Amino acid sequence: MLDTYGSTRELRFLDKLKDFNWLLIALIAAIASIGFAMLYSVAGGTFEPRASRQMILFGIGLCALIVVALVDLRVWMRLAYPAYAASLLLLVVVELFGKIGMGAERWVDLYVFQLQPSELMKITLILAMARYLHSLTLDEVSRPLTLIPPLAMIGLPVILVLMQPNLGTATILGAVGASLLFVAGLSWKWILPAVGAVAAAIPVGWQFLLPYQKERVYTFLDPERDPLGAGYNILQSKIAIGSGGVFGKGYMLGSQSQLNFLPEKHTDFIFTTLGEEFGLLGAVTLLLLYLAVLTIGMMIAYSSRSHFGRLLAFGICVNFVLYILINVSMVMGVIPVVGIPLPLVSYGGTAMLTVLFGFGLLMCVHLHRNVDVPRHSGAFW
Amino acid sequence: MPILGDGHDTLRAKTFTRRSLVMGGGVVTLFAALTGRIYHLQVVERERYAMLAEDNRVNVQLLPPLRGRIFDRFGVELASNRQNYRAVLIPEKAESVERALDALAAYIPISDNQRQKALREARRNKPFTPITVAENLTWEQFASLNLNIPDLSGVEPDVGDTRHYPFGPQLSHVLGYVAAVSERDLENTDDDDPLLRIPGFRIGKQGVERAVDRDLRGKAGVRQIEVNAYGRVIRELSRDTGTPGEDVVLTLDMEIQKFTQARVADQSASVVVMDIHNGDIIALVSNPGFDPNDFNVGISHARWKELTEDPLKPLINKALTGQYPPGSTFKMLTAIAAIEAGVIPPESTVHCSGRMSLGSHDFHCWKRGGHGSVNMIGALKYSCDIYFYEVARRCGVDKISEVAHRFGLGETFGFEVPGEKRGNVPSQAWKLATTGEPWQQGETLITGIGQGYLLATPLQLAVMTARIANGGRAVVPHILRSVGATSYAKPVPPSIGIPDVALDLARQGMNAVSNEPGGTAYGSRIVSDTLALAGKTGTAQVRRITREERATGVIHNDNLPWHLRDHALFVAFAPVDVPRYAISVIVEHGGSGSKAAAPVARDVMQLTLERDPSRRAAMGPSAGIAGKREG
Repeated sequence: MLDTYGSTRELRFLDKLKDFNWLLIALIAAIASIGFAMLYSVAGGTFEPRASRQMILFGIGLCALIVVALVDLRVWMRLAYPAYAASLLLLVVVELFGKIGMGAERWVDLYVFQLQPSELMKITLILAMARYLHSLTLDEVSRPLTLIPPLAMIGLPVILVLMQPNLGTATILGAVGASLLFVAGLSWKWILPAVGAVAAAIPVGWQFLLPYQKERVYTFLDPERDPLGAGYNILQSKIAIGSGGVFGKGYMLGSQSQLNFLPEKHTDFIFTTLGEEFGLLGAVTLLLLYLAVLTIGMMIAYSSRSHFGRLLAFGICVNFVLYILINVSMVMGVIPVVGIPLPLVSYGGTAMLTVLFGFGLLMCVHLHRNVDVPRHSGAFW
Repeated sequence: MPILGDGHDTLRAKTFTRRSLVMGGGVVTLFAALTGRIYHLQVVERERYAMLAEDNRVNVQLLPPLRGRIFDRFGVELASNRQNYRAVLIPEKAESVERALDALAAYIPISDNQRQKALREARRNKPFTPITVAENLTWEQFASLNLNIPDLSGVEPDVGDTRHYPFGPQLSHVLGYVAAVSERDLENTDDDDPLLRIPGFRIGKQGVERAVDRDLRGKAGVRQIEVNAYGRVIRELSRDTGTPGEDVVLTLDMEIQKFTQARVADQSASVVVMDIHNGDIIALVSNPGFDPNDFNVGISHARWKELTEDPLKPLINKALTGQYPPGSTFKMLTAIAAIEAGVIPPESTVHCSGRMSLGSHDFHCWKRGGHGSVNMIGALKYSCDIYFYEVARRCGVDKISEVAHRFGLGETFGFEVPGEKRGNVPSQAWKLATTGEPWQQGETLITGIGQGYLLATPLQLAVMTARIANGGRAVVPHILRSVGATSYAKPVPPSIGIPDVALDLARQGMNAVSNEPGGTAYGSRIVSDTLALAGKTGTAQVRRITREERATGVIHNDNLPWHLRDHALFVAFAPVDVPRYAISVIVEHGGSGSKAAAPVARDVMQLTLERDPSRRAAMGPSAGIAGKREG
């Protein structure tokens, strides 16, 4: 009995491995495999250079997932603030070096691989928010004074990322933070004015958008106004998806993708290739796989006895779903073009590793669902 | 172990569950909305996007069809398609365009112009776009290119088609020529044939090439190619070579055409030979001509200048557009008009003293001493002017004019080769309308001998002679024998309502001209029982002979500058007994009809009679040439 309820006994390594949610791993692998297949297709039927590299990255990511999952949840909780502080520092560094390094603003070269601090921030923000909110009672969440730290936690990186400028990531960071506050029980008396304030801020914020960002919005509102220029991407993407029909044109037979009419087909627009070559069936299958992953993620959140675990799992899910919604809406011309990849499918190292790291934390919550986490665990360490 | 603040945790866990489920519901809704969007794109609007994708992927190129060939009545090829050997350069396959051009120059001559043009095109186009560096290479040059292709990276020998006229200038005015479609051509036509938009596509600009251009042109082929986003050709999806143009058979006999052209070489002359029954044009010569092959490949400035400045006007088709006073060749019509009007019995004579007075004017016969008394046949035989002055005076100009029209003067025939001129047949009403002056009787007199306001083209004179010879039927000239499988039926032409007696007299008069000693063309007769011709000479004054000159003696033609000499005319039909062919000959500034025109007519007619199709089978519609097409 004690083992399953309120036990403080440390879980053994093998027990943890046995307890892994292998269905989640299988679903992740299935989604990633769709990615490999599409990368193979858009490279004209070759593994080189992207599909093979993506597979290696996925392998590394999967190992990272297992390692992350096996680490005690309380260790992650203790690491939350320092990790957040470190990523914030990296963002500042990027901002500074970015000014010198001409356009390489979003990257820090770690010699082994390039790291996008904004991606790292997505994870550490969730950790830090979960840790902070874990320590508050429901009443405390809505007190003005206790609200200041989480708002600052969200605000600082959002501003830094906006300065890069990276509207897509800033939106995700803001939305993830806000969602966490919401599910942590923020009073409606705060929520309603906040929503109002955000709505009111949109016209003001518009003034601060850079010309290329405004251009994207204009283009979104009327993609045909410049079909060979800014509207080209959206138009070609819609043509590719639409021409796929119910069953698609067949694997490696998508004329739009294979003949280079499609831009960024291996990164942000990979969903388009899927839609063109596998049609409605392929696109909906991928969306259902994503939904299945999210469902498992939420079940993990609900099964967690600790509030930290709940919030952490939830935050990971929100982050994941925002990627999907933004990317898929974008390639179908529902929202303006923002540089957000399709998680697990788009080619790209940082995104792949970040997402798998996130799933590692999710799995960690799953393994430690019955572990008690003290409300006030040793101050900031 | 009890947990600190467990009650609080239950509360916030409940809030978490409630609120996260709300958000989860929102997410599911958004997924459903996205699925709806996908459904909309892929099912509802599928057709539209599929079409757009196809538009992206597939480029349609038109393939120019092979132009139809043109044959003479016996199947001799008059216009064909020759292979055009070209050197094409593909910049991306060459190390550098400059070096490729240098290498190419070692085998074929490349002018500075061609070099600059190639470099310019290479800069302007994508590196995979082929550039034509040189065209119309000789077989030797082309062969050396093919042989040395390993040294010529980026160069590709290529073969196209170009129009070829084996007889060059001998047929320039009949066939015309082809040349690239100009902006003006596009503006002035309702022809929406997509072929016209192909760069460098050639259409008929003159002659038969223009008259039946659409039949000769054929139907465009279509090549569908798959291209990528940069326009590079990935592969050919389909190819429909189109329909080659129809072959066209003319009524011409190239042997006669060739002979005639040679016969009038160095002269500014027109000859028309036609079948008097069905209107077939056997020869249609306007000399000098030009080489239509020059136009096809692009004529040089110097050559063009030479052609336009030549006093013999090689660019003008004189057989159709040259308008000359018919002179004495018109006298048959005056005679016929007089018989029809009943103003003079055929046997009555008129006395010719060499001069006739009307009011204060004197009218002269060409023969200073006069012919004495002549009847109608005699007047034709000797070409007596006084007789026809008198007859014309009695007839009146309007009767003469009416008869002339029935014989085709002042008319066009809808002849297939474009450019026919109407000439001019005066009448009282005509003069009043055009000059505002009333008609003078003196003008009737000179109209009676084919001068004055009368103008006729060589084609009209041939038609006139044919209608005299064929018993007064309104034959019209044709040059198309068949187009593709369609051959043109030539119904028996309707009568023009001239009494046989009148026609008979005219023919007897012409017979006397050629075959009776003393006739003006007796020297140019065909000595034969069955193949003799009957003709009429004519000499058309280009200048006016003044009273002073007449007093001191008319200057002999040979002493005048060329452009002031008289035009020499001759019309004839043959054989005399069973007429089959009519001929008209005009030698510009050639002097007298009997000396300059009649011998030409005799020689041409003799050959025509020898080659009469009754002795050999003429070519039928395209059946006879099917399968001969190359390429």
